[in-house]
Amino acid sequence: MATEMKNLHYDTSYLENFSGRRGEPDWFLDLRKKGLELAQTLPLPKPEKTRIIGWNFTQFEHELPTRTVDAVADLPENVRSLIGQGEQSGNLLVLHNGSTAYATLSEDLKAKGVIFTDLATALRDHGDLVKKYYFSKAAKLDAHKLTALNAALVNSGLFLYVPKNVDIEVPLQAVFWLDHDNGGLINHVIIATEANSSVTYVENYLSTTNSGQAVANIITEVYVGENARVQFGGVEYLSSDVTTFINRRGYVGRDGNLQWALGQMNDGDLITETYSELAGDGSSVDTKAVSIGRGTQKQNFVNRIKHYGKNSTSNMLIHGVQREEAQAIFNGITKIEHGASKSDGEQTQRVLMLSSKARGDANPILLIDEDDVVAGHAASVGRIDPIQLYYLMSRGIPKNEAERLIIHGFLEPVVSQLPIEGVKEQLAAVIEGKVQ
Amino acid sequence: MSQPVLKIENLHVAIEGKEIVKGFDLEIHGGEIHAIMGPNGTGKSTLASALMGHPKYEITEGKVTFLGQDLLEMEVDERARAGMFLAMQYPSEIAGVTNSDFLRTAINARRGEGNEIPLMKFIKKLDEKMALLDMGEEFATRYLNEGFSGGEKKRNEILQLMMLEPKLAILDEIDSGLDIDALKVVAKGVNAMRSPEFSCLIITHYQRLLNYITPDKVHVMMQGRIVKSGGPELAERLEAEGYDGLKKELGIEEEEGTVEQEA
Repeated sequence: MATEMKNLHYDTSYLENFSGRRGEPDWFLDLRKKGLELAQTLPLPKPEKTRIIGWNFTQFEHELPTRTVDAVADLPENVRSLIGQGEQSGNLLVLHNGSTAYATLSEDLKAKGVIFTDLATALRDHGDLVKKYYFSKAAKLDAHKLTALNAALVNSGLFLYVPKNVDIEVPLQAVFWLDHDNGGLINHVIIATEANSSVTYVENYLSTTNSGQAVANIITEVYVGENARVQFGGVEYLSSDVTTFINRRGYVGRDGNLQWALGQMNDGDLITETYSELAGDGSSVDTKAVSIGRGTQKQNFVNRIKHYGKNSTSNMLIHGVQREEAQAIFNGITKIEHGASKSDGEQTQRVLMLSSKARGDANPILLIDEDDVVAGHAASVGRIDPIQLYYLMSRGIPKNEAERLIIHGFLEPVVSQLPIEGVKEQLAAVIEGKVQ
Repeated sequence: MSQPVLKIENLHVAIEGKEIVKGFDLEIHGGEIHAIMGPNGTGKSTLASALMGHPKYEITEGKVTFLGQDLLEMEVDERARAGMFLAMQYPSEIAGVTNSDFLRTAINARRGEGNEIPLMKFIKKLDEKMALLDMGEEFATRYLNEGFSGGEKKRNEILQLMMLEPKLAILDEIDSGLDIDALKVVAKGVNAMRSPEFSCLIITHYQRLLNYITPDKVHVMMQGRIVKSGGPELAERLEAEGYDGLKKELGIEEEEGTVEQEA
């Protein structure tokens, strides 16, 4: 393993100091230590068809300078522009280099017992509740080196808790903002919803430096309680110097519904997995994601769904655009376990390549261990149609503008179906930035 | 006479190495409507596509001047912005791009940055033209040509023509596959454009469309070039006698059976 990645610079006493300064509970420090130990021994994940040997997942600065602001207006423009509904609804959390820079939660939600705070605060104030979910059913600490590393060095995070029978109509928004060259954003998000609750959560990842070698290691656990509903919107816009690992994992209880709506618009190398476990009968998940690769970035996208519950339903719609010399692999895996009868799993993955040097690959995989199910997949990889370009240009539209229209059009079926209006607009703006 | 809008001299066009248009000459002046008729496979649509700059067609010889400029030196989008428009026989479908977004982008590309068409003005114009072409409001928000029937696509081509107001419109078999009512609508659109600043080249296999749009000149194309020119009466004669009579008169051998390439 020594050849796989450079050694970590951290030891047990460093973790004890770091954890102690943050006033973390003992069980959390124990998990850090366990993570550190496993991070030295476990292998890196092995994303199919993407070679990640040599990617920088471990060399970064761990304790970063942060600042707080009194109002959204005091944030820089590129951060402020991301903040839409979160501010309007009064439920917003902005983390700067891992620590809260700005936080607000409406009195109404506080009164209903909703918790929406950074992970460090949640550990101090609601330690037992966090313990119930942290690296619990949704995510495994010992999956591989990067999950262990997340446990060991987590320096950023969020905890959202929605009690039983609480319907939150307004969206809650979190912005994770990294602006440190060589910074490491080791982030852990937990969204825990109890029975018959509902929530819409929107998160943004943004980095505003682009001259170092930064790292983002992100684990997200989403627990959807019985008959609960979670709409999860995410727009990522990490710059080209950030090497990123994102693992989002949903665990859906009986009759629960989880909707992922993701715009993965990062500019750096990336491996990401969005995993949903349909544990309860009648549970359902809907995964929609769009991405644009450009420059020389390499990306690996895995969307994985496991059906355990009977009558469980999954839908996956993934559209990716590859420009310039970008390379990306899209793996869609739908697994229906034995006993998950009357389940339905559908997936579609489409890749559009805009240049002869771009590479894209879509692999649909259906694994079915139960007879009484419906499942289907579609996948396509294609280059831009020169006749379409000709048609648009024949109306006076310059080539680059015609390409822009075709890209927007290609992503539109996903973007238009995103459940959250604010995310839709935000994503449209980010797409615009990436296609110009 | 003033400088012609379009002047084609000895044009030769090949597709995949095979010559289709073989020494074509034509001059169109401002305000004129010309019709090119001819049997299938004689190079009519190839001519139209080559003038617009279709990537598959190669100009092997000849010269084309459009409003005083060397057309063959211009990119497709430059030709369009200079005032050329081709209503295509097989328009592309572009998923996810609404008709109205597309039209506004095209209009603004022509008007240039800082001179974009005001939104309200655009909407008013679009509503007006769509009403004239009997197109329902939903066409503005539908994706460009996606799922359109053949007739709807043709109507949409004419809508674009009316919105973009070119100086020269080439209509490539705009009448094929249209019923008589749709044909009348299309003709209404073209006739509404008639002015000294608008010229039109109608490419058709049938005389039918010319009952509704009266051309100033009619040309018959065979074997890649114009073999006969005349006034509207030439179209009527072809309708009555078919192309065979003309072939006999001109001593033209049977066509080699070349099949015209679809754009």
